[in-house]
Amino acid sequence: MRLGVPREVAEGEARAGATPQTVARYVKAGWDVVVEAGAGTRSEFTDAAYRDAGATVTDDRAAVWSADVVFKVQAPTPDEVGLVKEGGVLACYVDPARNQTLLGMLSQRKATVLAMDQVPRVTRAQKMDVLSSMANIAGYRAVIEAANVYGSFFTGQITAAGKIPPAKVLIIGAGVAGLAAIGAARGLGAVVRAFDVRPAVAEECRSLGADFLMLEFEESGDGGGGYAKIMSDEFIAAEMAMFREQAQEVDIVITTAAIPGRAAPKLWMADMVQTMRPGGVVVDLAAATGGNCELTVPGETVVKHGVTIIGDTNLIMKAANTASRLYASNLRHLMDDLGKTPEAFDVNMDDEVIRGATVLKDGELTWPPPKVEPTPVKPPPVAAPPVPKPDPAVAALAAAAADARRTRMVPIVGAALLVLWVALKLGFGADEASPGTIAFLQHFTVFVLAVFTGWQLIWSVAPALHTPLMSVTNAISGIIIVGGLIQLHGDPTSPAALLGAAAVLLAMINVAGGFLVTQRMLQMFRK
Amino acid sequence: MEHVLLSSAYLFAAVCFILSLKGLSSQETARRGNLYGIVGMVFAIVATVMSAVVDAYAVIGVAIGVGTLIGAVMAARVAMTAMPELVALLHSFVGAAAVLVGVASYMADDVHGSRVIFLGEVWVDVVIGAITFTGSVVAFLKLRGSLSGRPLLLPGRHALNAAMVLACLALGYVFLQAEGTTAISSLAIITVIAGVLGVHLVMAIGGADMPVVVSLLNSYSGWTAAAAGFMLGNDLLIITGALVGSSGAILSYIMCEAMNRSIWNVVFGGFGAEPAKPKGDQPKGEALPVHEIDASGAADLLAVAKRVVIVPGYGLAVARAQHTVKDLVDLLRDRGVDVQFGIHPVAGRLPGHMNVLLAEAAVPYDIVLEMDEVNEDFHDTDVVLVIGANDIVNPSAQTDPSSPIAGMPVMEVWESKTSIVMKRSRAAGYAGVDNPLFYLDNTRMLFGDARESVEVLVGTLRQAG
Repeated sequence: MRLGVPREVAEGEARAGATPQTVARYVKAGWDVVVEAGAGTRSEFTDAAYRDAGATVTDDRAAVWSADVVFKVQAPTPDEVGLVKEGGVLACYVDPARNQTLLGMLSQRKATVLAMDQVPRVTRAQKMDVLSSMANIAGYRAVIEAANVYGSFFTGQITAAGKIPPAKVLIIGAGVAGLAAIGAARGLGAVVRAFDVRPAVAEECRSLGADFLMLEFEESGDGGGGYAKIMSDEFIAAEMAMFREQAQEVDIVITTAAIPGRAAPKLWMADMVQTMRPGGVVVDLAAATGGNCELTVPGETVVKHGVTIIGDTNLIMKAANTASRLYASNLRHLMDDLGKTPEAFDVNMDDEVIRGATVLKDGELTWPPPKVEPTPVKPPPVAAPPVPKPDPAVAALAAAAADARRTRMVPIVGAALLVLWVALKLGFGADEASPGTIAFLQHFTVFVLAVFTGWQLIWSVAPALHTPLMSVTNAISGIIIVGGLIQLHGDPTSPAALLGAAAVLLAMINVAGGFLVTQRMLQMFRK
Repeated sequence: MEHVLLSSAYLFAAVCFILSLKGLSSQETARRGNLYGIVGMVFAIVATVMSAVVDAYAVIGVAIGVGTLIGAVMAARVAMTAMPELVALLHSFVGAAAVLVGVASYMADDVHGSRVIFLGEVWVDVVIGAITFTGSVVAFLKLRGSLSGRPLLLPGRHALNAAMVLACLALGYVFLQAEGTTAISSLAIITVIAGVLGVHLVMAIGGADMPVVVSLLNSYSGWTAAAAGFMLGNDLLIITGALVGSSGAILSYIMCEAMNRSIWNVVFGGFGAEPAKPKGDQPKGEALPVHEIDASGAADLLAVAKRVVIVPGYGLAVARAQHTVKDLVDLLRDRGVDVQFGIHPVAGRLPGHMNVLLAEAAVPYDIVLEMDEVNEDFHDTDVVLVIGANDIVNPSAQTDPSSPIAGMPVMEVWESKTSIVMKRSRAAGYAGVDNPLFYLDNTRMLFGDARESVEVLVGTLRQAG
């Protein structure tokens, strides 16, 4: 089977869908790799290097595009769509939310399209997460660009000629780009402050050497999948007040705040720019979606109130070689998950990561994908108050939400219930409506619902906690103590009471031992 | 009014238990989860004691006091390496308590509604309780080493199991019909037979399958509490028992999946019965050359490594080497080495056993990764330290379809540049399978006690500065 790597035609795009290193691996796995001449030129990979890696290098665009699988960077242009092989596979950036017409055209080619920008942000898929690998470069470059414009040292120095204070850098948004920027700015010796609406990232910021600015406000901005969500008005007001304070002190501001599928939030207002000292720098990494700074002009560098505002939307192209390497290696990991070799190649829609990335499957629209459990999973924070009776609807809903793995059990459970029903029917016969039978059936209802609840709860337990889980369930199963206690009435020397007392003793060992040992274990888990 | 109060307290306790299990889903909330469990239990006990049916307060005080004391001492004294034994032992208490409650309840004749249903419930409670009790005791003895880890395989054991189940059923029928002493003695015989069944079932299971057995017994201890709940007409017992029962069942399922085996295979298979016979075309293990290395040689390898992955197994627990390993990790991390732990789902004798040991040694949990997370990165790894693990790093699971562990997911340590395997001796692992990893050209064998070897490693690395 053939794997095509076309030359990117978009202006400003310097990356390529494969590097000689990844090509060598594809060739080794048995792929017939065709690279368009000049594909790697702008990221410093020569045609000769691709040829040495085992690829065929050709000027024939159609030959490259007619491959069974095409790996590229940007979404195809209308011309390129016409070249896509009927029923072929294409992996590139797609941005399906804004490119509906493109999807329509590709669908007519019966193509299967894997959108690199739609790879689910789960742990297992990190190796193919192009957004992270590109954000890493962008964060680093943002600091370099700022340093280039900034008229002083980043490191503070005390020299014979006088004291130079260190540059103060404020980084807004501590995603991958923000963290990379913190690392780079710290590396240059600046004093770095970071802010993010998700308090959970404070630790990561501090670990890289930044001060994390805390807002005296109770609201987590975690929107799932490592992104922030839109915050309340009160929160934004408090945030703005803090930024205004910071504007008086900081020299360099790097903003990286993005909310998926929306325009970038405006966080650094015109008056804050005005407050900054002349000579200050703002680097707006969100420029492509409108910018976090009010005065940003996307794609341009402007000077307003003496402050340089860099709105470059293509910062990663300044590190084209590295960007290409990372992008190509993300694709290589994707290829591993698609089967690695031409024989095993399969866009497996049962694989949650592949499913998430696939926007078209043989021409059928498969976007947006069904919701994938985001990382990290946060359990609900507060206890539910006791309710008058267990709500069957809630348990039923929870049961309905079971995933594919669990649904395998449904026929078994169904069969078990059927058998039980038949047994009851035969066993009780005419006695069917007696109070005893009815009480039993009520208990049985509770039992089945509780089994389902347990079933739903346990799947989310982290494997590292399986031992504590076991000792806690062990302690809880000491609830049998209630059964022992009930026997303890009247004559304490009756056989029933004696047996009950023994049961209470044994169960209590279990309760006390189980809870205490769990506590001991849990105290040891630390980050 | 009294009844409403009691029911509300029970319901509150049940909600607490659900939240408790929910809390256990992540490290951040786990401690709160345990707290919910304690609150729920206190509510359940206090509410029951306050209720009208209970009045023998002195007896209760003594029983609860003594039980708490024993439990607390056991929990405080147990070494983290002995956690599997403790958990198994605690399971046996639930089983024993369930049997006692069943018999007591029968004697007190607590019939709620239909007598036939009640007696059936007593039967279920006593049978599951007895199996849980004796099975857990055997599991405890096996884990403790008092009994051999090798499975005991009696001839015709399936027929024997079936006969015991049938006998319990038949006697159960007698029990339903009979009155007075006949009924009591048939119940006693049922208990004994179920107990023997529990012993026999667990005796037939090999040491490597202990994680599954312990979680299975965990599940049983839940079902037995649920059965007691039916018997006493108590919804709290039913809910709690069902929660614990399904929890244990899921854990067993996860463990089995990690070993690529079906639960039936574990329970009835008697796997690992005898050491796999070496194939004809292959000389016996001893004859094949291994590349042996001493601790200072291993230290040299570590000194130049950039990325090290440690794969611990049960041997780490046996040698109690977790603190020494933590020293090694600190030393390497101070030198800028990227150190991670790779944990196989069935490493150790209890699900999550390795995680608990490493947590005890204060290894940060964010460098302790699961198998899937490290497997793809082994080819970028300079040195893999395999500490007291064998079957989980056995390549024949992937290459040899006739191997007893064929198809079990394993840690692909051989993909790394060098694997250092620390091993007490040349014996095969619990599964009794020879491990081709040991003979690979990029594998170095470091024989000796894991803790002593790691201590020497740490010492050598310190001296090298």
